[in-house]
Amino acid sequence: MAPPRSPMAAPRSFLWARRIFLTLLTGFVLLPVYVMVSSSLKPLQDVSGTFRWLPSGLTIRPYIDIWSTVPLADYFVNSVIVAGAATVCSVVIAVFAAYAVSRYRFRGKRVFTVTVLSTQMFPGILFLLPLFLIYVNIGNATGIALFGSRGGLILTYLTFSLPFSIWMLIGYFDSVPRDLDEAALVDGCGPLGALFRVVVPAAIPGIVAVAVYAFMTAWGEVLFASVMTNDTTRTLAVGLQGYATQTEVYWNQVMAASLVVSVPVVAGFLLLQRYLVAGLTAGAVK
Amino acid sequence: MTTTTATAEADRRTVSGSTPGAARGPRRTGRIRRIGLPYLLLLPALVLELLVHLVPMVIGILMSFKALTRFSIREWGAAPWSGLDNYKVSVDINAPAGEALLHSFWVTCGFTVLSVGLCWLLGTAAAIFLQDTFRGRGLLRTLFLVPYALPVYTAVITWAFMFQHDNGLVNHVLHDQLGLTDKPSFWLIGDNSFIALLTVSVWKGWPFAFLVVMAGLQNIPKELYEAAALDGAGMWQQIRRITLPSLRPVNQVLVLVLFLWTFNDFNTPYVLFGKAAPEAADLISIHVYQTTFATWNFGTGSAMSVLLLLFLLVVTGLYLLLTSRRRKTADV
Repeated sequence: MAPPRSPMAAPRSFLWARRIFLTLLTGFVLLPVYVMVSSSLKPLQDVSGTFRWLPSGLTIRPYIDIWSTVPLADYFVNSVIVAGAATVCSVVIAVFAAYAVSRYRFRGKRVFTVTVLSTQMFPGILFLLPLFLIYVNIGNATGIALFGSRGGLILTYLTFSLPFSIWMLIGYFDSVPRDLDEAALVDGCGPLGALFRVVVPAAIPGIVAVAVYAFMTAWGEVLFASVMTNDTTRTLAVGLQGYATQTEVYWNQVMAASLVVSVPVVAGFLLLQRYLVAGLTAGAVK
Repeated sequence: MTTTTATAEADRRTVSGSTPGAARGPRRTGRIRRIGLPYLLLLPALVLELLVHLVPMVIGILMSFKALTRFSIREWGAAPWSGLDNYKVSVDINAPAGEALLHSFWVTCGFTVLSVGLCWLLGTAAAIFLQDTFRGRGLLRTLFLVPYALPVYTAVITWAFMFQHDNGLVNHVLHDQLGLTDKPSFWLIGDNSFIALLTVSVWKGWPFAFLVVMAGLQNIPKELYEAAALDGAGMWQQIRRITLPSLRPVNQVLVLVLFLWTFNDFNTPYVLFGKAAPEAADLISIHVYQTTFATWNFGTGSAMSVLLLLFLLVVTGLYLLLTSRRRKTADV
């Protein structure tokens, strides 16, 4: 993908530096992954005592127990619903907004883009409490339960990824030749027709990248999940804390549950990562 | 940068598009629709940004001027005004609250500088070393993205397990296997917690730098390297004279984004240490959270958040000013 450098043979110093650096870095990256995988297959006494590189006996017991120690399946469902809905809404809204900014001239455009971008710098802690109060007040006034519900969390999460998504999609849409959708307009498409028939298909890599980002943001968020959920709407981010009891932490179960929770996201991400690189190249990095 | 080019191109578009094809159609409504359309498209994003970011921010600022306790919080609008009291408490470095906030601020600054620096260094080095094709390059590229893809809490929980005093990998290796320490150390309390937090933050954060630099490398024209090779520049020289300077615009965005994320990071310390971080690793987000929710000082917590936001605004503004000026002088 990257342009190959000169055909000149790399000097030995470069090759050795590369070997050493990449080996050390790979070790650093994989160490926790190894701990996660190996510990999840260990019996409890192995993870309670001194650390062992190899399990004394392999067991899949933790993978069975994780579902009954805490209601992991419920948390899983909550996380899927919340992250999925937040992703879909965020992508659709970002596509509309980015299209407007990329293709139209209107009053307040600069104010909009600057404002949206600057929300990136807000510390989450600044609006946690106010948002909590707003949701409670809306609930009291209209009867729509936002606080503690999945809806409230979805609403919150979809705005987390929105600024970055809009920003990246503007760059991506700008790289789609204007002649294409202008031709569609001349051919009788409405502006939305041009958006969905021409611009969106041409910008699929960027849209996938944005969707991946939005999903990961929602799937991994901890602060709002821990304040804004209750027993029935708890997500995985909070639920995993349930494996620690007063007296003991079931580390093998924690690791097994972490792995189960991570596999779908990591697999999805690695499958789609080339879109992310492509999206970054066209959009954010300019 | 993107915005200005977008505006310029949009200008061109409206000029060329201002000759409507359907002259017979209802021109007036058509024009209104065309003018209204961008706003309509922006509406959902605008409403959400207002509801979830801007209105809470305004409320947060208002709250910072009020005397709020756990009893008045439900009716926060009716709570008495307290002027600048909350701010005075926050910045009075001779009193416990202000002193703790200042300490936490310095800890966060040190942590951010180190973390951003290391993330940038690792990410750039890895991207450059993976620029040429060699066997195993694709595999490494995928592996290096794993920390970025893992949900924060599962990755950080694993690190917390590795840093355990009795059954953690870190003490096992450092004490039992290498004998580097006299006795097993505590990593999640006391002074070592800063090292633990930094390690986790770098492990989690560097792949983003890697990803962005990798994307940036693709924009460097191959001809530059070819010309340099003809002139007899070796690999190291090419990296120093071509690769690194060409990455400057990418780095300017990257460092800013890394800075904002690291400075505001809440998830990593929260999962690693729980609701109260040890003093040596008391990052500002956790500190404000603790002030707001654990000690019920809602007003003071809001004031601290506002101060934090102001600081970030000033730093970001200065940074953008400096980098854009340097870019201008570089162009001349």
